[in-house]
Amino acid sequence: MSKSIKIRKGLDVNLIGEADKVIVDAQRSQFYAIKPADFHNTVPKMVVKVGEKVKAGAPVFKDKYNMDINFVSPVSGTVSDIVRGEKRRILSVLIEADASDEYQTNEIANIGGLDAAGAKSFLLNAGLWPFIKMRPLDVIAKPEDTPKAIFISGFDSHPLAPDYDFTLHGKGKEFQAGIDLLSKLTEGAVNLTTRSSNPDDTFKSATGCQKHSISGPHPSGNVGVQIHHISPINKGEVVWVVNAQDVAIIGSTALTGKYVPTRLVALTGETAKNRKYYRTLIGSTIKNIAGNNIEGDNNRIISGNVLTGEKVEMDDYLGYYHSQITVIPEGNEYKFFLTKGWLGLGFGRFSASHAYPSWMSKSKKFNVDTNLNGEERAYVVTEQYEKVFPFDIFPVQLVKAAITNDIDNMEKLGIYEVAPEDFALCELICTSKVQSQEHIRNGLDLIQKECM
Amino acid sequence: MKFLRNIFDNAHAALNKSEKTKKFFPLVDSVDTLVFTPNHTTQKGAHIRDAIDLKRTMMFVILAMIPCLLFGIYNAGHWHYHALGEAGGYMDNFMSKLGIGAWYVIPIIAVSYAVGLGVEFIFAIKNGHAVQEGFLVSGMLIPLIMPVDVPLWMVAVATIFAVVIGKEVFGGTGMNIINVALTARAFLFFAHPTSMTGDNTWVAGIKDMKTDGTLVDGFSGATSLGDLAGAKSKYAEAAVALAKDKGEVVVAGLKAEGDAMATKAVSLMDSFWGFEVGSVGETSAFAALLGGAFLLWVGIASWKVMVSFFLGGLSIAGLLYAMGGNPFYEVDPIQQLMYGGFMFGMVFMITDPVTAAQTGTGKFFYGFIGGALGILIRMANPAYPEGVMLGILIANVCAPTIDHMVIRANVKRRMKRLKTA
Repeated sequence: MSKSIKIRKGLDVNLIGEADKVIVDAQRSQFYAIKPADFHNTVPKMVVKVGEKVKAGAPVFKDKYNMDINFVSPVSGTVSDIVRGEKRRILSVLIEADASDEYQTNEIANIGGLDAAGAKSFLLNAGLWPFIKMRPLDVIAKPEDTPKAIFISGFDSHPLAPDYDFTLHGKGKEFQAGIDLLSKLTEGAVNLTTRSSNPDDTFKSATGCQKHSISGPHPSGNVGVQIHHISPINKGEVVWVVNAQDVAIIGSTALTGKYVPTRLVALTGETAKNRKYYRTLIGSTIKNIAGNNIEGDNNRIISGNVLTGEKVEMDDYLGYYHSQITVIPEGNEYKFFLTKGWLGLGFGRFSASHAYPSWMSKSKKFNVDTNLNGEERAYVVTEQYEKVFPFDIFPVQLVKAAITNDIDNMEKLGIYEVAPEDFALCELICTSKVQSQEHIRNGLDLIQKECM
Repeated sequence: MKFLRNIFDNAHAALNKSEKTKKFFPLVDSVDTLVFTPNHTTQKGAHIRDAIDLKRTMMFVILAMIPCLLFGIYNAGHWHYHALGEAGGYMDNFMSKLGIGAWYVIPIIAVSYAVGLGVEFIFAIKNGHAVQEGFLVSGMLIPLIMPVDVPLWMVAVATIFAVVIGKEVFGGTGMNIINVALTARAFLFFAHPTSMTGDNTWVAGIKDMKTDGTLVDGFSGATSLGDLAGAKSKYAEAAVALAKDKGEVVVAGLKAEGDAMATKAVSLMDSFWGFEVGSVGETSAFAALLGGAFLLWVGIASWKVMVSFFLGGLSIAGLLYAMGGNPFYEVDPIQQLMYGGFMFGMVFMITDPVTAAQTGTGKFFYGFIGGALGILIRMANPAYPEGVMLGILIANVCAPTIDHMVIRANVKRRMKRLKTA
């Protein structure tokens, strides 16, 4: 059943630095990386050695505990390094790219005639499986599960997020093929959610899925919020989620047999120059996109958005699931309390709290640095998270249960329905500066270890 | 700024030189973070954070108390002169009234902050964490709910008790179960009742005036609630006398005495503006409401708690008003709520987020219980005319249970979904 849902709780974080809707081809990177850390709780088992040649779409490593899941190379080239950290944990696998790509083609699927097993083996072999994540836990889906539904969020409501209506424009065929393939995997429905106001034709013309229109502030684009309002997850149930842009990659691979993981990466943020959409591949270096496009030398570069992204340096690589780079000023300076600090008038300072005058100008765009603006404290203020947390869940109590490793209470309070990203806004506005995303992730890890 | 910054940087460097001085780091750090928002950046999770922090939140509560404080200083001076028979009109001798008020009130504030922060610093050094902001508010609340003539050593003892037993044993700011400032007041109320109730404590210097004989005739120094509670006691004596057949004259005499006491209670307008004796900051409902409006405007206090607290008090006051039978019960319900510390408690005490119910639904129950119990204790038990304090403390104790019920309802809803699915 299609639904029209209005999210009332939440907060749109209006920042300076949106990307212009212009597509530029980024320079091809010399090196591409696949980082096991992008796949939470995945232990890699290498299948290539340093110096070996790989084709685009050929496996580089597998999931040690589920050898069916392949992680494949985005380009053809030579494995140049396996970077290891503490306890020889693999941090990244570097592939030196050839000048042009050779593909390991996968049998072109006659999508209509596939059954669930066929669809699964195609996705696993082609290295597309890591695009499918599961709720609960927010980790890569287990191939042996049968999900009660599959959810695709057709928009991203994070601050400065890329506009899917723009990035997927004209990709209707690939997107449809992706949906057709995914629909084989569930006995329930594939659910596609779109922003209520005039979505792109790619979404409008999609068939074979339940469409829902969502309105309201962030986190309305978070798929967890949408699932909660459309078909909430109970203990023992599994829902799979795929990012809309990844659906198109799945679709194009199915149509052509070639794995071309194109990303349109939005370069955003106050201190980024030439803010545009850069066409590149998954695993590209940050330098190739942001290299000459940064103002000043005291900046934070984030792969992803400011709420859930990852702090990176120029020499690092784009996160597997990221299609956005945000550059904002670092806030590593002292602020005198009466002028810029905690007791200043604070015009132009971003705050969801009414203790700063900025809440009165709702459409104003803010520049925000990375200063913590205070120190971590015990919870004092109440009913703060609830204002930006559109779940029928008590967020503070859930975070506390996670902090205390209280599995019983986490289950009762709804841990199966949430992902860390759903707590990003809570973390943003918290007076006591509690790291709620981290606490929820730890809670989910404990649940995965003990209950799944 | 650079100059100030250097001072702190040098102080930190000096402390870090030896292991012995390192433990005093929290002291310097606490002052440093007060003067400068630290240069800490986000390391995990969201890369940007809201500009709000606990310091600003607490400071705004203190700002909200300023009307109560200023009026309290004036009022202390006014009643001091009134007891001497020199007060004249409200605006006569205005500066002298402020002066004498400040002379009595400022030392209480100084003692409260000095002692309380001293205890906080000791705990900060012992536990190796920064001094937390909670006491900034408690330190101002304590003077505002003390009688102006309270001996300073009592303020000191009560503050130590409140900070140690009321807060630090539970783990500091954010962890306490009952309101810290009310713990201080309750401690004195039960340990030194003669200094906290009766006729000899509400007016600055009244004890000396009574020994010197300078007290003006006909002025008792009791609060309106004290007078009304006295009136109620006379009516109770009258009822006993009636039962024992002491004769119409005795009964009528007792009732007349009660009525006479009741007439000493101030009018609705006087109690609204605050022209009555009482604890330093509690008398003016108007000043409290100013602060309350500010706290609601900046979104720090919860309207749910305030509204339900008021309704809770009003419903009991209305109920007893309907029963009638003595001058205390027959006070108009709205006027009843303007007396004493009810309005002050509504704005500053029941709303303390740490000790209040934390769930939205729970807040309605919590506030209602606090207000209803406060007025019930005040009116039904003449020994405790300041029942609001006890009402709020009892509500504090109930809050976790209320939250538990609300959360259990949420859990049940989720379990039910599982069964129907």
